[in-house]
Amino acid sequence: MEKTVNQRAWLLVLPVLVLVAFSSIIPMMTVVNYSFQDSFGENIFFWVGLEWYQELLRSERLWDALGRQLLFSFIILMIEIPLGILVALSMPKKGLSASVCLVLMSLPLLIPYNVVGTIWQVFGRADIGLLGRTLSDLGISYNYSQNAFDAWVTVIIMDVWHWTSLVALLAYAGLSSIPKAYYQAAMIDQASRWNVFRYIELPKMRGVLMIAILLRFMDSFMIYTEPFVLTGGGPGNATTFLSIDLVKMALGQFDLGPAAAFSLMYFLVILLISYVFYTVMITIDKDEAKQ
Amino acid sequence: MSLRLHGVSKISSGETHIYPTDLELQKGTMNVLLGPTSSGKTSLMRLMAGLDKPDTGKVFWESEDVTKKRVQDRDIAMVYQQFVNYPSMTVYDNIASPLKLQKKSAAEIDAKVQEMAELLKLTSILDSKPNEISGGQQQRCAMARALAKDVGLVLMDEPLANLDYKLREELRLEIPRLFEASGSIFVYATTEPEEALLLGGNTATLWNGRVTQYGKAMDVYRNPVDETTARVYSDPPMNFVSVRKDGAVVHFPNGQSTKLNDDLARLPNGEYRAGFRAHHLEMSDGQSGAIEFTAKLIVTELTGSDTYIHVNAMDERWIGLIPGLQTVEVGQVLKISLNPKNIFFFDKDEQLVASPNHEPEKSGV
Amino acid sequence: MASIALENLAHSYLPNPGGNNDFALKEVNHIWEDGRAYALLGPSGCGKTTLLNVISGLLTPTSGRILFGDKDVTASSTAERNIAQVFQFPVVYDTMTVGKNLAFPLRNRGMEAGYVSERVQRIAQMIGLEADLHKKARGLTSDLKQKISLGRGMVRDDVNAILFDEPLTVIDPHLKWELRTQLKSLHREFGHTMIYVTHDQTEALTFAEKVVVMHEGRVVQIGTPKELFETPAHVFVGYFIGSPGMNFIPVSVTGNKAHINGNTIHLHHDYGNPQGDILLGIRPEFVRLSKSDGLPVQINRIQDVGRHKFINATLFDTEINISADEGFEIESDMVKITFDPANMGIFCDDWRLNGKAIDHGNGGTV
Repeated sequence: MEKTVNQRAWLLVLPVLVLVAFSSIIPMMTVVNYSFQDSFGENIFFWVGLEWYQELLRSERLWDALGRQLLFSFIILMIEIPLGILVALSMPKKGLSASVCLVLMSLPLLIPYNVVGTIWQVFGRADIGLLGRTLSDLGISYNYSQNAFDAWVTVIIMDVWHWTSLVALLAYAGLSSIPKAYYQAAMIDQASRWNVFRYIELPKMRGVLMIAILLRFMDSFMIYTEPFVLTGGGPGNATTFLSIDLVKMALGQFDLGPAAAFSLMYFLVILLISYVFYTVMITIDKDEAKQ
Repeated sequence: MSLRLHGVSKISSGETHIYPTDLELQKGTMNVLLGPTSSGKTSLMRLMAGLDKPDTGKVFWESEDVTKKRVQDRDIAMVYQQFVNYPSMTVYDNIASPLKLQKKSAAEIDAKVQEMAELLKLTSILDSKPNEISGGQQQRCAMARALAKDVGLVLMDEPLANLDYKLREELRLEIPRLFEASGSIFVYATTEPEEALLLGGNTATLWNGRVTQYGKAMDVYRNPVDETTARVYSDPPMNFVSVRKDGAVVHFPNGQSTKLNDDLARLPNGEYRAGFRAHHLEMSDGQSGAIEFTAKLIVTELTGSDTYIHVNAMDERWIGLIPGLQTVEVGQVLKISLNPKNIFFFDKDEQLVASPNHEPEKSGV
Repeated sequence: MASIALENLAHSYLPNPGGNNDFALKEVNHIWEDGRAYALLGPSGCGKTTLLNVISGLLTPTSGRILFGDKDVTASSTAERNIAQVFQFPVVYDTMTVGKNLAFPLRNRGMEAGYVSERVQRIAQMIGLEADLHKKARGLTSDLKQKISLGRGMVRDDVNAILFDEPLTVIDPHLKWELRTQLKSLHREFGHTMIYVTHDQTEALTFAEKVVVMHEGRVVQIGTPKELFETPAHVFVGYFIGSPGMNFIPVSVTGNKAHINGNTIHLHHDYGNPQGDILLGIRPEFVRLSKSDGLPVQINRIQDVGRHKFINATLFDTEINISADEGFEIESDMVKITFDPANMGIFCDDWRLNGKAIDHGNGGTV
């Protein structure tokens, strides 16, 4: 055997390793370090072991935030995915109108997060906002800064407005990759519109939809800027999602230890859910192919 | 100039694509890799080109070990099954592109491009873009680009597979001309025995990652070393039947027997596999000396000028190639005949022990 | 089932077609008889797919009518025409099982469950998919997927015709003849009208009882494989059928004599005194090399392909191909050729002329 093993290959990977070390591993280790210590300013640290973690797990505040977070992600996925598909299905397939449509669809995606928050903050205000004012003139009591339900509705509509385009664009890409022959065959088989969707379009879009769900889940799970600008987490703690809570803890109260423990757990939760999600996706894919 | 593979093999994700192979290709030779789909033709070519590194063995160019040499630094050109051209460039610029990389002068480039265009009948479309010309012309353009840089090794991986058969016919005639004009080592992969014979030169037959035989095209065709090679080098695959030889007589499984000529009679008695090519099966009731069988017709297929008959005879499935368009009803029992002078004999290890005798070639007209 | 008639049918992809060249499908009149197997043969861009799509209703023709039986379906949708189509790339419903795929067209038409399952069983048996009925269609090989597409067409007992659009493109070469064979026996057993589009002569000639050869948007000949080979009606058919194609030699003709460079070739038929571009057509199989008889040639190249020898030669500035048998010995003093008189054809301005002596029935629509 004259198997050639090329040791130089490791050298090629080295720059990437250095980069990753500086960009993620070292900052993360700092956070890990904080999470096991208590500090009283002036760079004085005490080793506290797993205390912060235990405290966090016992804290109702965290569990509430987590519950809100999951509910939020669930609701926006339930709205954005079907809505995105619907929009994609009704978009023109080719020609100038298709291009115009694509550009218009991309617009919300180009707006910075804090601007989105500001837009809706103004838009929804009961005194000067177009939406808020119209609603109150119609006799509907609406005030996102005082009513928890109104706040939720506004945050959700804002997110849907901001992100449905992404789902729609992905779904549109999936749709345009379906060969014409499938539609012709369906016509010949006299398939109904629903069946065409159910048996041709949906299966062909599955790949991109999985990506859309994963992206939207991770993103919504980490949502911060928009609700922070809109409601600041209120009224009360009604829209205090995990990241808002984290920032409150770290910057507002300067509890570096618990905040570090919090962010690590936050990170692990996202990793875990994404991993489970991804594995389930892959397994379903494989099973289907095998059968 | 020569290209030598020494014990070269390729294993990828646990599967052996090429078993250790020794092969030496000489300067100015046409070498056809003949084998069915996924028999290892492309893998072997990629190893020759340096696109893949062998897991074992070495590749030599002349006497230099080029096993680790990058593709970019080697003196090769490749033509693929897909028509690979730069879509935004004209045919002219496509052909000129490798020459520009070689930093040739404008006059040199122009002369070379014109020469290649002339050779490949592209002169009238030099200003067209690849998507404006036919598939056949696109492949000509790709070939012109490959040949323009005058390299030592030209690899062509089923270049005609994606063309209509009429275009294939046309280009097939041109490739030997191109090859003669270039003086390089040509390696040409194909699944079709007839193409291998048309191109001439040497044939390497491949089967499941092994080169089963390498030699002059006609020699391999007429004396395939084993059953596998015989099958690969026949289209449709060679027909077989088990026979028992006893003196000068050969017995078929259905009890029929026939006399053998003196050459074959000298073979030791015993069990053999008799093989014969499809076009040696005849529907006429044979010239003198032919054995006549009855066979049930399963399928007929018509090409432009011939008829394939698929028959069941002596529990074997045979395919015959009959000249002309025959109108015979499927399902009927036919009389078919075979001249024993056209039979190959293989032993129980599938090795060739006797092949039909052929007159020496007299094609030097 | 019914016959399919095309009346003055033509199609252009342009909104306002002017001259003949604007038409992808030039005017065609033809009746596809009920229960026959046809092939539409021609190179890419000859209009065969356009014609197929007009028949299936995916395209509405610019002019002319299509009749199924005596019903005008020119304006009917694909679904109303009750046809089935097998496409170039397998179209199956990935998420359904094979059985559900087969049942799909029937379910959509609201058939009752008992009938559907009985019919699915029967079709699965016919196309050899019985064992796979419960498998998901997605993981199957492309030849099985093509069988499913075919089965979905055949499952309806009222289907008027089954159309095939180069259905073997993605099938492995060694499976091609197997599928072709199955298709042929299905046709024999169940007698559907089948129209098969292909650019491959072997597929067309093997599959069809009648082959429709198309060239530049026009139907140039409709005939049996034998007719196409022996008496091509147009030089394109001569060239396209057979490998290599027919040789065409410029000559002048008076009566039953063809003249070339002062030599005379005796013909089997009397052609009168045709004017125009006159060509003598002869297939490579019917040209013989000889030492002393016939016309002088210069041999350029001999290629031995085992079962044949292909000889390329020049006859008075015209390149011709000769095909000789394996056993034929070519000697260096063979510098003449003769033509088999029974297999010569005379073509005037690309179309075959009918000689006086015998009428072949299909040839020569000048």
